[in-house]
Amino acid sequence: MHRRCSAAAASAAAATAAVLAFVSPAAVAKDTVKIAFVGPLTGGNSAIGLGGRNSADLAVRLRNADPKSKYQFELVALDDECKPDAGVQVATKAAADKSIVAGVTHYCSVVAMATVDTYHRFGLPTVVWGAVLPDITYAHDYREIHRVNGTMINQNETAAKFMAAQGYKTWSIIHDTTDYGKGHDKYFTQSITPLGGKIAGDFGVTADQQDFNAELTQIKGQHPQVIYFGGLTPLAVRIRAQMEKLGINAQLQGTSGMLSEDFIKGAGPELAEGVLAFREGAPVEKLPGGKFFMEKYAAQNYPNPPEAYGPFAFVAATLLMDTIEKVGPDRRKIIGELAKVKDRDSITGPITFDSHGQNTVAAITKYVVQDGKWVVWEDSEYASGKRKLKGK
Amino acid sequence: MGLLAQYVINGAMLGMMYALVAVGFSLFFGVLDVIQFAHGDVLMVGAFAGLAAHALLAHLGVTSPALLLLGVLAAAALSMAILGALIARAVVLPLKSVPPINVLLMTLMLGTALREAIRLFYPGGSQPQRFPSLLPGTATAVGALTLRLDNAILFATGALLIVGTHLFITGTRLGLAIRAVAQDEETARCMGIDFTKVVLATFALGSALAAVAGVMNGLYYNEVGFGMGLLLGVIGFSAAVVGGLGNLYGAILGGFLFAALQTIGAAALPFASAYKDVFAFGVVIVLMAFRPTGLIGEKASERV
Repeated sequence: MHRRCSAAAASAAAATAAVLAFVSPAAVAKDTVKIAFVGPLTGGNSAIGLGGRNSADLAVRLRNADPKSKYQFELVALDDECKPDAGVQVATKAAADKSIVAGVTHYCSVVAMATVDTYHRFGLPTVVWGAVLPDITYAHDYREIHRVNGTMINQNETAAKFMAAQGYKTWSIIHDTTDYGKGHDKYFTQSITPLGGKIAGDFGVTADQQDFNAELTQIKGQHPQVIYFGGLTPLAVRIRAQMEKLGINAQLQGTSGMLSEDFIKGAGPELAEGVLAFREGAPVEKLPGGKFFMEKYAAQNYPNPPEAYGPFAFVAATLLMDTIEKVGPDRRKIIGELAKVKDRDSITGPITFDSHGQNTVAAITKYVVQDGKWVVWEDSEYASGKRKLKGK
Repeated sequence: MGLLAQYVINGAMLGMMYALVAVGFSLFFGVLDVIQFAHGDVLMVGAFAGLAAHALLAHLGVTSPALLLLGVLAAAALSMAILGALIARAVVLPLKSVPPINVLLMTLMLGTALREAIRLFYPGGSQPQRFPSLLPGTATAVGALTLRLDNAILFATGALLIVGTHLFITGTRLGLAIRAVAQDEETARCMGIDFTKVVLATFALGSALAAVAGVMNGLYYNEVGFGMGLLLGVIGFSAAVVGGLGNLYGAILGGFLFAALQTIGAAALPFASAYKDVFAFGVVIVLMAFRPTGLIGEKASERV
C-alpha cells in the first residue's frame, strides 16, 4: 500500500485503519503487543489524564496504521485516580500482566513516586509522561524508570541561565515549606550560584501564610535585584501585593506553581505586569512537532483536548513502540535499549536519557506577564526590548 | 532604624486586626460562656459580602471611592450582624443547657460549612480574589521606612472601633444589659432584662466587628480568600485567651502581643522565619502555663 500522500488523506487513512483494526482481523497476522497507559482518568486531574490517554492512543493508532510496523499494538488504559494507593494497585496489575511489556506512566508526582518500587520489582520498563518531582528518577537506581518530560531541576537550570543572561546578580528567596517549595529553593540556589548569582536571603514560609510584611521588610534591607518565589498562586498573589505596599521595586521571579490566570486576576494586571515564571514543557504550538501532533489529534475527533502534557504521553508511547520494533516485545531487552536513547528526535524536541533515565534536554518554557496575560518570553515585548524588566 | 520602625508598623497593623477578632471572642464568651469557633469564618464571609457589594455598586455605575467604601462597609457589617444573630438564634441559644463543648463543635462545623460555601459558590471562590483599593494609596518613603496613608486610616479605624465598642458597653442601656447578663444571667432576667435580645445583640455586634475586620484585612492585603478566616480565628481566639477570656482589654492586649511575637519570630530570631508561628504559639503556651486565666484574669477586672 502506498501511503505517502497528503496529511489529510494520511490521517483519514489512519482513522480508517484504526477502525479496521478493531472490526476485521488483520489480513496479515501480526503479533499483538500490549503497552499500558496509567494516569488520572477520573477526579480533579482527569482533564490532563484523559488528554494524555488520548495522545498515547493516537501514537498507537498511527503506528498500527503504518504497514512497516512489525506488531499490532494495543493500549491498556488504567486509572490511578492521582492517588498513591490506587496507583500502586493498577501499577501492580499492569506489571504482573506478562502480556504487557511496557508502560506510559503517571502524571501525579505522588503516585509516580509510590509506584517506582512496583515497576522495579516486576521489571516493567516505564516512561513517565507528566510527573515532575526529581526524585521519581533520581532517588533510586532502578533501570526500569524513565521520563521524557522535565523536572524542577531542569526548570531551575533554565531559569538560572536565563536570569543570569539578563544581568541579574542578587536574589532573595521566599519558598513555601512543602516539598515543592523546598525543592525549588534547593535547585535554584544550586543552579544560580555557579553562574555568579548571590543569594542575599532565604525565607521558608507556611503554605497558607497571609502576612509577608516581616519577611519582605527584611528583604527590603537586603536590596536584592530579584525576589525568587517557590510556591503556588495564592501566596504569590499576596507577596506581589505586599511587595508593592512596602515599596519594594525588585523583579519577581516565580515557578510553574504560580503560572496561572488566577495569579494575574488575584494580583491585578498592573502589579502582575513583567512577572516571570517558568514551566516544564511548552505550549503545543511551540513544540518542534506541535503542528503535526495537533493535526493528527484533531483528525481522531477525541472528545477532550490533549492538554499540556498530551504531547509527552505521545512521545513516551512512540519511544516505547520504536524500541519494541527494534528489540522485540521483551521487557529486559526494552530496558537495555532505552538506556541507549540519545539525541532521539521527537515532537517535543530531542530526547537523551541520563544514567537515571531522565531526559536531560527537556523543554522548559519561559513566560512573562504582558498586558494581563502570560506570554511566552520569546514572543513578548520584553524580549524585543520594547518593554523592560524591573531594574533593567 | 527605618527597618525597625517598619517592623513596628507592620506588627501594629497585624495586632489591630487580631485585636478586633479577639474582642468578638471575648464578647461572646463574656455573655454566654461559649466559644464561637466560626468567628474567623464570619470575618471571611463579611469580607466577601463587602467584595460582592463592591461589584454590585461598580455595576450600578458608582465610581466615588468614598461611596464605594461606605457601601462595602455597610453591606459587610449589616449582613454579618444578621448572620451573627442567626447563628446565636439557631445554633448557640438552643444548646444553652447542654455542655459548652457541643457549641464549640457545632460552630467549628458551621465554620467549615461557611468556608466551603464560599469556596464552591462564590464565582472563582477557590482562588484568592482581588480586593479593590478604596483608600488613598499615598506613600511617603523616609529612608527604608514606607509610610502609607491607607494603612494609617485602617489603623485609626480599628482603634476607633475598639474605643467605640468600649463606650457602647460601658455607656449605653444595651451595654449595661450586656454587662448585667455577663455577670449573672439569672439576676439579670429577674431585673427584667430580655435575655434573648441581649444575646442576639451581642452576637450581632461581635459579628459586625468581625466583618469590618474582614474588610480591613481585604483593604490591607488587597486580597481575600476563602481560607483567610481559619488562621485568623485561631489567632484571635488564642489572643483572647492569653489576654483573659471575657475581658475586652485582655483581648486587645492579647492581639497586639501575638502580633509582636510573630514579628519578632520572623525578624529577630536567628532561625528561619518558617518557625515564626511555632515560636508565637509556643510563647502563648508558656504564658498560659503561668497565667491560666490570662494576663488580665477574670477576677482582676470586671467581665466584658
